[in-house]
Amino acid sequence: MSRRSRVEAAAYRMRHHVLNMGQAQGQGYVGQALDAADILAAVYADQLRYRADDPEWEGRDRFLLSTGHYAIGHYAALAEAGIVPVAELETYGSDDSRLPMSGMSTYTPGMEISGGSLGHGLTIAVGTALGLRHQGSPARVFNFLSDGELDEGSTWEAAMGAHHHQLGNLTAIVDINALQADGKTDSVLRTEPVADKWAACGWFVQRIDGNDVAALLAAFDAAAAQAVPEGQPSVILCDTRIGRGVPLLEDREKAHFMRIEEHEWQICREQLTAGYEGDTK
Amino acid sequence: MSTAATAAPKPKLKTSAMIASFADPGQKTTPAPFGHALVKAAQENEKIVGLTADLGKYTDMHIFAQAYPERFFQMGMAEQLLFGAAAGMAQTGLVPFASTYSVFAARRAYDFLCLDIAEPNLNVNIVGGLPGLTTGYGPSHQATEDMAIFRGMPNLTIVDPCDSVDIEQAVPQLAASEGPTYLRLLRGNVPTVLDEYDYTFELGKAKVLRGGNDVVFVSSGLMTMRALQAAKELAAHNVDVAVVHTPTIKPFDAGTVLAEVDTDRLVVTLENHTVVGGLFETVAGAAVRAGIGKRIVPVALPDEFLEAGALPTLHERYGLSVGRIIRTVLDAL
Repeated sequence: MSRRSRVEAAAYRMRHHVLNMGQAQGQGYVGQALDAADILAAVYADQLRYRADDPEWEGRDRFLLSTGHYAIGHYAALAEAGIVPVAELETYGSDDSRLPMSGMSTYTPGMEISGGSLGHGLTIAVGTALGLRHQGSPARVFNFLSDGELDEGSTWEAAMGAHHHQLGNLTAIVDINALQADGKTDSVLRTEPVADKWAACGWFVQRIDGNDVAALLAAFDAAAAQAVPEGQPSVILCDTRIGRGVPLLEDREKAHFMRIEEHEWQICREQLTAGYEGDTK
Repeated sequence: MSTAATAAPKPKLKTSAMIASFADPGQKTTPAPFGHALVKAAQENEKIVGLTADLGKYTDMHIFAQAYPERFFQMGMAEQLLFGAAAGMAQTGLVPFASTYSVFAARRAYDFLCLDIAEPNLNVNIVGGLPGLTTGYGPSHQATEDMAIFRGMPNLTIVDPCDSVDIEQAVPQLAASEGPTYLRLLRGNVPTVLDEYDYTFELGKAKVLRGGNDVVFVSSGLMTMRALQAAKELAAHNVDVAVVHTPTIKPFDAGTVLAEVDTDRLVVTLENHTVVGGLFETVAGAAVRAGIGKRIVPVALPDEFLEAGALPTLHERYGLSVGRIIRTVLDAL
């Protein structure tokens, strides 16, 4: 099985996990988790060094989920990675679950930081990258953030800090789904030209289709090729589509918090499977 | 004959400075006790690192930076990054001391301290310069409500040291304590006061510095220095004053303090902080919870934005000077 097929298969399984979690909870950030599934699959099935049986392993690469509400997608990735049992996913968002609606490091194995308050992840990632490098660790740091978080000034404090400290061991991944809580990003606070902003901050910038696994792998390879302890930090700007993989949701009016009727979940699953099997035939 | 020669000389103006000293003329002081204590602690603990947000020279962090340049990280004038990055470094096993002014830590970076440091209970040590009224620069730099802001933050230990002795002894204990801490930093030439007493700083403990039959002072921070001076001068008024120093504001040593409060003596709290949400309310809350119903007189800053000016002028104006403390006590007796 090729790298690409392996990652696509992982993304497919993760999308099913997301739909199952969404149905059990009756709601959730399903649209975002579906749009980010290809990115998270590339990270966990191809890029990240980790030990499923020892999530705290000192030598692990760190994946910091800045967007706490994408936790549903991250849990699917952690299940795919063998860090969280698949059977536990159905507890998502329930009382006493290790899988809260918004990702929290104190609750979930493999969850490095607590998201929720946006614009924090990259600042923590800067410290993590500095701390690992200071102690001679070859581990890399990945920070997943959203285009909405580019509204936050702290993200740019961190972008400048990463360049100033030459954090070549840091890779930022920005999910550009062009949607935030109050509507389309360009109507809430225009963040384009996004690539120019990161380049101006001194980062190595790539912009790709974040739902194209081949493009994702090529971009991660290019980022890895220059991931040296003292070097240019790297950002992969991923244009993605909300609800990706499920046409019913892709075509729905875009919403930050997507409502899905009870009878629609099975349709979603069937569309997902049909699409995946059609692509892989 | 010039007209200037005949004009009345202008009165010499008292001016404010960003970094003003609250030490009395001729008082014994110790230079940069925090910076030197951090260097000493770092000699014994290789995990200690120092960070600042463009205020190394003004928080005595430059002493550490000179001693350990490879363990010092300049984060720029970016306080959100400062504390987010300190959290990230702590997660890799380091023990960060991160310095800025108290106003910027408490007001500007609160969300980062709260969620990235306090919630996961990381060993990050926040070092805040210019706590309370220790600059005449005005409200932008006067952290008059920092303890009120921080007392509501779970897991956070709050230390309000009196002098260089407190700071030197506190630093290694802050590094050794597991969760996050906030140190109300006194910097530059810091008064040395507590060496004259049978005293050692213990994190989480209040200490009775002197006994007295008429009045009990419960104080923290630089106000303990003022409390001791006022206690000596009140003796001339035949008022016998005990002083309890409580440098750890949270967790609060209610046992030691309430044993002194629960007597027939007048109780006065003294703090370099607004009367809202600081030492006065901490003591009052502990007393009420324990069923002690009695009057407690606060010496504290008023609930208002303070004026700019020379520090001695402002301490007199807002009641923190020794003279104002004595008048407050005599009026209350």
